[in-house]
Amino acid sequence: MTRESALNLAVMGALLAVPLWAWAADEPFLITLSTRAVIFAIAGVGLNVALGLGGLVSFGHALFFGLGGYAMGILAWHAQTYTNVTDWPLVLGGTKSMPLIWLVAVITSALAALAFGALSLRTAGVYFIMITLAFAQMFYYFAISWPAYGGEDGLSIYVRNGFPGLNTMDPIQYFAICYVLLLIVVLAVGRLAGSSFGLVLRAARQNEERVRAVGQAPYRLYLLAFTISGAITGLAGALFADLNRFVSPTMFSWQTSGEIMIFVILGGVGRVYGPVAGAALFILLEHVLGGLSEFWHIYLGAMLLGVVLFARGGIYGLLAGREAGHG
Amino acid sequence: MTLLWLDRIAAFYGPSQALFDVTMTVADGEVVALMGRNGMGKTTTVKVICRLLRQRGGHVLFDGRPLDRLPAHKAARAGIGLVPEGRRCFSNLTVHENLIAAARSGPWDLAAVTRLFPRLSERRDQNAGSLSGGEQQMLAIGRALMTNPRLLVLDEATEGLAPVVRQEIWAAISRLKAETGMAIIVIDKSLGELRQVADRAVILEKGVSVWTGAIAGLGPDITNRYLGI
Repeated sequence: MTRESALNLAVMGALLAVPLWAWAADEPFLITLSTRAVIFAIAGVGLNVALGLGGLVSFGHALFFGLGGYAMGILAWHAQTYTNVTDWPLVLGGTKSMPLIWLVAVITSALAALAFGALSLRTAGVYFIMITLAFAQMFYYFAISWPAYGGEDGLSIYVRNGFPGLNTMDPIQYFAICYVLLLIVVLAVGRLAGSSFGLVLRAARQNEERVRAVGQAPYRLYLLAFTISGAITGLAGALFADLNRFVSPTMFSWQTSGEIMIFVILGGVGRVYGPVAGAALFILLEHVLGGLSEFWHIYLGAMLLGVVLFARGGIYGLLAGREAGHG
Repeated sequence: MTLLWLDRIAAFYGPSQALFDVTMTVADGEVVALMGRNGMGKTTTVKVICRLLRQRGGHVLFDGRPLDRLPAHKAARAGIGLVPEGRRCFSNLTVHENLIAAARSGPWDLAAVTRLFPRLSERRDQNAGSLSGGEQQMLAIGRALMTNPRLLVLDEATEGLAPVVRQEIWAAISRLKAETGMAIIVIDKSLGELRQVADRAVILEKGVSVWTGAIAGLGPDITNRYLGI
């Protein structure tokens, strides 16, 4: 077993052990905290497909996180108010079914990523960063000025959406749902990174011309990666909204994009399980440092500076060595 | 049968014209040496063939089909394999990953490539960036072969390599010619080795193809005048 595989097991094991202990010790707050870490990890793993594999520095992934959140919020709000989402040309009602909401969140985010990616990927470097940020901010201001769904105040959902056979209001059961989804996502992204698509994507990150010379079109590779990345982040958004039973324009904000990027950088860019470690560390710091000072972001910033300057591979770079391959 | 036909090619880098009038053909199974002093347009010609640079004048036909509007990745899929100048592997991937990343079905698979370059199987899980220069060149050739090309373009394949490694590369090129009948364009400065491998030569001078003929007909007057040898 390589050091990286051992670290993967340790990270996933710790993320499971903490809420199980909290459940046994009757500490529901810790379970909710772990669920947050798991959901943020899914968002980070999503961004890592674009950033880590494709080298696409997207500063607008809050757009997909927010779309996932609003997909949940809108569908659940219509279900709880017994109104239709649309009456024409199709009559579409709301739903409280989690799987259905996830499906809508994933499809909506994927389509948005496809459309905005098609435009953004015509630029590169700092222009790509700025255009992705601009798209997310566009949605942020749109959500603020959309009174039908709460505007600046957001939407509250009274009861968490349902999953067949489970009581989703029970914190440990909702954690289990999110953890299983995280497992599925990391395993799928691991497979993707090792597939010929993942390999060519990583190759394109290094040299686009050489990739063209072996018969691959970098633009299409990037667009597919961006779409997959957006879809995963959208799923995380739907889970996050369900965790809080609340969705607000903040989910679209640039701070959210920055936080998702921090999970990836802290954990290790391009390492499949890196964002899982990054998100867990972020939540831990938020909890521990946040208890010491309300200015805990200053300490986080200093730590991030340290990672960028001295440990560019993040936690995974420090503990598992330089990136050898995927996974 | 003519596989590749470059007809009066003119190409530019921005406002600077690099190729003025390049005409050459490559037949199925033929090995053509593309020669000329530094800066005469050899690599630019390769870029035009592989569609990494779009010509402004003339036409490129491959297997009877015009390539003029084809992007580079589609030219590669049509059957043009490039081994670029400077041993350009994907250094962030392992040897195995470099080979399988762009593989397409055909007679050239992992087994065939590692038979040609057994060293690559020994280095299977090593990062390409940590290979020696010769091994990187073998990997670059192997990677191009894995796309199962009909025409292989080798741009300065032996430049900067130790003599022993160069011999290995030339032996591999000879085997490719003898065993596969693949059409090959070779750019190299080693006239002696080129004479043993190539069927014909095309010489470029200031972006113009000035001499074309059987490599055996490349006499001292020509090499003196155009190659400075």
